[in-house]
Amino acid sequence: MTTLLEMRDITKTFPGVKALDNVNLKVTAGEIHALVGENGAGKSTLMKVLSGVYPQGTYDGDIHYDGQVARFGGIADSEALGIIIIHQELALVPLLSIAENLFVGNECASKGVMNWPETFRRTEALLKKVGLKEAPATPVDRLGVGKQQLVEIAKALSKDVRLLILDEPTAALSESDSQALLDLLLELKAEGVTSIIISHKLNEVRRVADTITVIRDGATVSTLDARTESITEDRIVRDMVGRDMSQRYPERERRAGDMLMEVQGWNVWHPEHATRQMIKDINFHVRAGEVVGIAGLMGAGRTELAMSLFGRSYGQNISGTVKLKGQVVDTSTVAAAIRSGLAYVTEDRKELGLVLEDTIQRNITLANLSDVSRSGVINEAEETKVAERYRKAMNIRTPSVFQRVMNLSGGNQQKVVLSKWLFAGPEVLILDEPTRGIDVGAKFEIYGIINELSAQGKGVVMISSEMPELLGMSDRIYVMNEGGFVGELDASEASQERIMSFIVTD
Amino acid sequence: MTDTTQGERATQPNMGAYLLGHLREYGLLFALIAIMLFFQVVTDGTLLRPVNITNLFLQNSYIIIMALGMLIVIVGGHIDLSVGSVMGFVGALAAVMIVNLDVPVAITIPVCLVVGGLIGAAQGYWVTYWNIPSFIVTLAGMLVFRGLSLWLLEGQSVGPFPREFQLLSTGFIPDVFGVGRPNVTALAVGVIAACAIVYLGMRKRARNMAYGIEDEPISFFVVRNAIVAGALLFVIYKLSTFRGLPNVLVTMGLLTIVYAFLTEQTTIGRRVYALGGNVKAAKLSGIPTERLTFLTFVNMGVLAALAGLIFAARLNTATPKAGFAVELDVIAAVFIGGASMSGGVGKIVGAVIGAFIMGVMNNGMSIMGIGIDYQQVIKGLVLLAAVIFDVYNKQKQR
Repeated sequence: MTTLLEMRDITKTFPGVKALDNVNLKVTAGEIHALVGENGAGKSTLMKVLSGVYPQGTYDGDIHYDGQVARFGGIADSEALGIIIIHQELALVPLLSIAENLFVGNECASKGVMNWPETFRRTEALLKKVGLKEAPATPVDRLGVGKQQLVEIAKALSKDVRLLILDEPTAALSESDSQALLDLLLELKAEGVTSIIISHKLNEVRRVADTITVIRDGATVSTLDARTESITEDRIVRDMVGRDMSQRYPERERRAGDMLMEVQGWNVWHPEHATRQMIKDINFHVRAGEVVGIAGLMGAGRTELAMSLFGRSYGQNISGTVKLKGQVVDTSTVAAAIRSGLAYVTEDRKELGLVLEDTIQRNITLANLSDVSRSGVINEAEETKVAERYRKAMNIRTPSVFQRVMNLSGGNQQKVVLSKWLFAGPEVLILDEPTRGIDVGAKFEIYGIINELSAQGKGVVMISSEMPELLGMSDRIYVMNEGGFVGELDASEASQERIMSFIVTD
Repeated sequence: MTDTTQGERATQPNMGAYLLGHLREYGLLFALIAIMLFFQVVTDGTLLRPVNITNLFLQNSYIIIMALGMLIVIVGGHIDLSVGSVMGFVGALAAVMIVNLDVPVAITIPVCLVVGGLIGAAQGYWVTYWNIPSFIVTLAGMLVFRGLSLWLLEGQSVGPFPREFQLLSTGFIPDVFGVGRPNVTALAVGVIAACAIVYLGMRKRARNMAYGIEDEPISFFVVRNAIVAGALLFVIYKLSTFRGLPNVLVTMGLLTIVYAFLTEQTTIGRRVYALGGNVKAAKLSGIPTERLTFLTFVNMGVLAALAGLIFAARLNTATPKAGFAVELDVIAAVFIGGASMSGGVGKIVGAVIGAFIMGVMNNGMSIMGIGIDYQQVIKGLVLLAAVIFDVYNKQKQR
């Protein structure tokens, strides 16, 4: 058995964050190699290094491919050697046909003139190979996600793939589509295609993988050979989450007060596909001074839940009730939700949370302009006072509150978003990935702010993909999977293993 | 008071840096002054003759009035291509009502403004609630209302208007002091306005100092205010030696003040900027983004209608060609004034200065006898230069 790929001591740093720390990965020719780890462990970063998205020179370490040192300046270089990556978000052009998509950028053409008969002939052959019974002229947006995934694989095959990388290929697929996809991978393996599969679904990993590499916190934890020993899911989970709790969380006196918010029978359907239920009959509650965590994998529906609660900003046919302090409240629009006492700090602060061109001051008051104005006329002096107050309280590092938000670091931007919502005076704050993309020091400050809020008797709902953070901060944790809550754990009984086992056994 | 001295000491060393950072705001004002001086010289002093200054205001009033609405539409992240046609249509409607149907002027004017608002609402409805790009909707509106004015006028020019309607555009504020020339009312208004500008500037400066915000060096502040107040007094003096303050100038001045206040000091204005800057973030902050966008179009329609009335009153006739391609001048004025195509950025004062830059160039080049062919080329290049300047500045700041 020859080694096809070896990545040695790969280290990749982003400003302030070490995403990969001396990672090693060895892939044998003709095998299916699974790469597993928590969200943010560094799997996708590693694959971006491999495929040339991060070119040679932006990381340390060597890539040996097919016995030679490989230097990739871009995706084209890695594709030339037969390394094809299929991303979680499919990269197809929705309105073009299957045939056009397969050969986009790689057209069957002579002197720029398309050779359509050849294109269709080759498309048919490729579709047969991946087992997709569709006409080559079908527009891609008429296909379901599963079939689109097959089109992506056919596209990879058209490029003479030798090493196929699939990032969460079954995350959006139904059970039968997933099975078909895994069968296809096994077929390709028989034909000599090597693949790397990134997946959270450990049962699938166990089914197809020959070798499993576990990555945690940007480092290789273990490489398990499934051909020589039987590997249990428990074993993998332990390696995935088994970090010592070295990160610190500020101490907080935990006391849950009176019932603050209750959500009952919450159902939400997909905004475009009316038959797809995204949130399935969710019930939960938050007490005064309580920090409630919501754990789950990407795509579990946590953001969708939060957005649908906050002024029905996501989904359609929403049903269910929201009670605050025992009263059913109106959350049908964002303005009504804010009036009722809700606040939602979005996951994506640049896209959804801030007006980047505007100043810190203007961003802080945006959700509650009425408190700094009279009869619709803004009192700018008062507004500056408010902004200054939050600058000090939140320790926003900036020369003045008239600084544009786009010039701030991620941590300081997040403090501006938090300031905005605190100034709106909510009872319950929903924080969606409040520490994503923030350095360690700022994270600690944000945790301090959360604890402060809880001490004031506010309710905090924290959505996070970082389990240590959830465990370190929450009083109670709900586990969410595929649109529903599949478990509830008290802080005292919660552990990463227990949370993961709720998800993988669902 | 120690705050003030500290603030000054801190800002004095980086006057160059300050100028660089605010090049756009100063640049616009100085560009207008430079262009005026240039034409003053090459036209042998014709440009700043009292009669020509009066004409400048009369000629450009409708562009400036529409630029106010257009700025808000563009800040909100949209565009309105129909304003020229709407303006022509409303002028035609007024002519048909007054001249052909003998409807009193006092009824015609409000009816026309309401019609303008309804046209804006109709276009805003499709843009806002159906998410059809404003470019398409208003392009359609441009064709529709161009056609409708032809239909209303049956291809003919309709006029003349009664004198009371003409006053809308060609009237002057009478001199309440009875002196005549120079017109003391005009002078008094000019002095009060100049004092108000300086006072408001000082008040804002004092406030900024109190909060220790980066503010312009004192020398800049003095020079800038001296130029603005001086220019204002100069123009008003010239006007006073002719026939005094034109009615349109007063309308235009008041509207500019109202809209500057609306955009900079009120919650509504703030929200329009926020939604233009990031519509998703604005929506998730509880701002009724749809309703506000809709209102920006209604407002644009009303202002286009007002412009149409003023234009018709000035020509004393409604023609099917009225307002042809005017939307392009209006949009150019707003972009020269520093608004951003992507929304969220731009100021009323900038749009007004932008409109004046276009107006002075039109006027100056006409006096010089430059052909309409070259005039178009030059105006086009000025617009391009202004926007390139913006983009260049933005890149340098990063």
